Amino acid sequence: MLFRYLLLLLLALLPIKSFALIEVDITRGNLSPLPVAVSPLSIDVKSEEGFKKILMIENLGSEISAVVENNLKQSGLFNPLNKDAFLQKPDIAHLKPRFEDWNLIKAQALITGKVSLVDEKLRVEFRLWDVLGGKEMMALAFTTVPSNWRRVGHIITDKVYERLTGEKGYFDTRIIYVAEEGPKTKRIKKLAIMDQDGFNNKFLTLGNELVLTPRFSPANQMVTYLSYFKNLPRVYLLDIETGTQEVVGDFPGMTFAPRFSPNGKKIIMSFAQDGNSDIYTMDLENRIVERITDHPSIDTSPSYSPNGKYITFNSDRSGYQQIYVMESSGKNVKRISFGKGLYGTPVWSPRGDLIAFTKLHKGKFYIGVMRTDGTGERLLTENFYQEAPSWSPNGRVLIFYRETKTNSKGEGFSAKLWSIDLTGYNEKMVDTETDASDPSWSSLLGN
Amino acid sequence: MNRNITISFGLHTLLVIITAMSLPFLSKKPIDLPPIVSVELIQISDKTNIPFAPKAKKIIEKAKEKEKKLVSEQAPPKIIKKKKPDSVALPDEKIEKVKKIKEDKQNPEKIDNEVKQVSEFEKDSLFDPNNIAALIDKSKIESAETTDKLDKITQDQYKNFDNKGLSLNEEDALKAQIFGCWSIPLGLPYNKNLLVRIRLQLKPDGSIIRSEILDHARMNKPGQGFYKVLAESALRAIKLCQPLRVPTTGYERWKDIQLNFDAREMLEG
Repeated sequence: MLFRYLLLLLLALLPIKSFALIEVDITRGNLSPLPVAVSPLSIDVKSEEGFKKILMIENLGSEISAVVENNLKQSGLFNPLNKDAFLQKPDIAHLKPRFEDWNLIKAQALITGKVSLVDEKLRVEFRLWDVLGGKEMMALAFTTVPSNWRRVGHIITDKVYERLTGEKGYFDTRIIYVAEEGPKTKRIKKLAIMDQDGFNNKFLTLGNELVLTPRFSPANQMVTYLSYFKNLPRVYLLDIETGTQEVVGDFPGMTFAPRFSPNGKKIIMSFAQDGNSDIYTMDLENRIVERITDHPSIDTSPSYSPNGKYITFNSDRSGYQQIYVMESSGKNVKRISFGKGLYGTPVWSPRGDLIAFTKLHKGKFYIGVMRTDGTGERLLTENFYQEAPSWSPNGRVLIFYRETKTNSKGEGFSAKLWSIDLTGYNEKMVDTETDASDPSWSSLLGN
Repeated sequence: MNRNITISFGLHTLLVIITAMSLPFLSKKPIDLPPIVSVELIQISDKTNIPFAPKAKKIIEKAKEKEKKLVSEQAPPKIIKKKKPDSVALPDEKIEKVKKIKEDKQNPEKIDNEVKQVSEFEKDSLFDPNNIAALIDKSKIESAETTDKLDKITQDQYKNFDNKGLSLNEEDALKAQIFGCWSIPLGLPYNKNLLVRIRLQLKPDGSIIRSEILDHARMNKPGQGFYKVLAESALRAIKLCQPLRVPTTGYERWKDIQLNFDAREMLEG
């Protein structure tokens, strides 16, 4: 017994060679686009023939996957791989992907799907696979009318984007803008709307009257815009879903940029009374107008914060046009821009963390962002003339318009829509049929 | 009584002897001074006459050729004919209904898991024969970069590495490898805690036996949805990188290793 105790004691006292767990901090990664394989959505012969009759589209599965692929590529965060390198057939890949094959072409995520015609309706199911982890990440199905197939592609992209980046997508959205035609001195301006990828373009007005500054409501599919009726500025309200339109009111003098409050119940704008431009709100239910600023300077371009507690606007009260933030009641006005040059068109990000603006400095126009206290100013793009930034609903991308310089004869003028993401890279022209200006991005259509 | 005292005395004596034997000054070895190496100081010119690793160049070219064959290039966006726009007039009073969009609303429904995921993949190592050449190239560049740091390591530091963590150049090599594999999800909220700790059990060749997310419970907490995306991206990076660039010796030291992925620095910047 004693011997045992002695042995135990000895064992306990023996010096044991042990290692502390090694920890390595990984604080950097790459920001290069994630390689994604978008397999064409499989389709059975019967459904294929059915869709051919209804939509006149040869292979709807391939068309939907092309929409997804294009969206992912345009975002700049994904690198859709060439379909020629795919080794597995779409129908088999959708049932059981051979991950080794997809890994071989360096895909990190795989999208598969199946399209079918069920009771004259389009049914699309899709799956998102983690190729390296060898597991399914997401599986969803949608049923809709066949003519809605492009939207299905956008919704799939939104789901994939959210699952892989951690933030909501912005693909199932639309952009309203002013379509412009004709010479610069005699422009015809129509209100137009299109999907965020430039498809399904529609003109909403005939161009008889001048239209300006269309703005989507952050809460629904309502649009407010300014139009001149008998040379008087008139603010309109247009419901995109029903097509109904109503006049909010006629306003005297110069009226600018009506914009919705976050809940869509108010419109905030600036108009001039007695030669002094101030900021006003109008309650859409009872049409009561409330004055927010009262200052002898020019206060314009108001925009609410997403929680509705603050308003940002530009004013020349300091002598030069700068950006200010105040409480929604008009109290505690605080200047936030202090850089060189003139600042205008401030727009609060839907995420609430940043304010986008246009800056004019030494004859050049910049689109930039700054924090809501004015710190961290970053200029994203510079050009001869560009302005009116509008945020994507997830607060990652900005759309704005850019005009080109005319030559000495007044030729060569054009206005186009451009988009840029917060990194300042991935600057892209958004294709429109005509010249375009004053874009406004809708919230997600499913909301 | 006497017997007990004797036993107690004996045990205490034994304890004192063992403790004394394990004291460091008793087992201290004489300092092993390295032989003095004379170093000639030379002027560094702007250009070197030495050709840059011709063998490595060949390997790089071969690897690039192989990658060209296997890795597909970016597909150009498909040009689809745009449909002619329907010009819809919206006069002030008479308003036509442009489109009934309400019908368009989607009803997403969850698909039942028809297919059960086979776990063969998880058992197989992600051995990628096409990546070997590229890895060799990278390791050469890494070793060249880290030589300077190695030179600066003192004798004391070397001594510590024997029974502590990885040496600076070992750690740098591993970090550099994982930096290249980790695609940071850009949508993460940069003002939140973006630290994911992953514990790995490794084989001597650096391939992974087991990986475990240490704060797994955080995934299911409300408002922490982004953590799952972040953790998955870190796991993908490890799998993409394996076999990890680990030292060739001292397996016992690094067979268990913890990687702390922190995306905040990148996303804030």
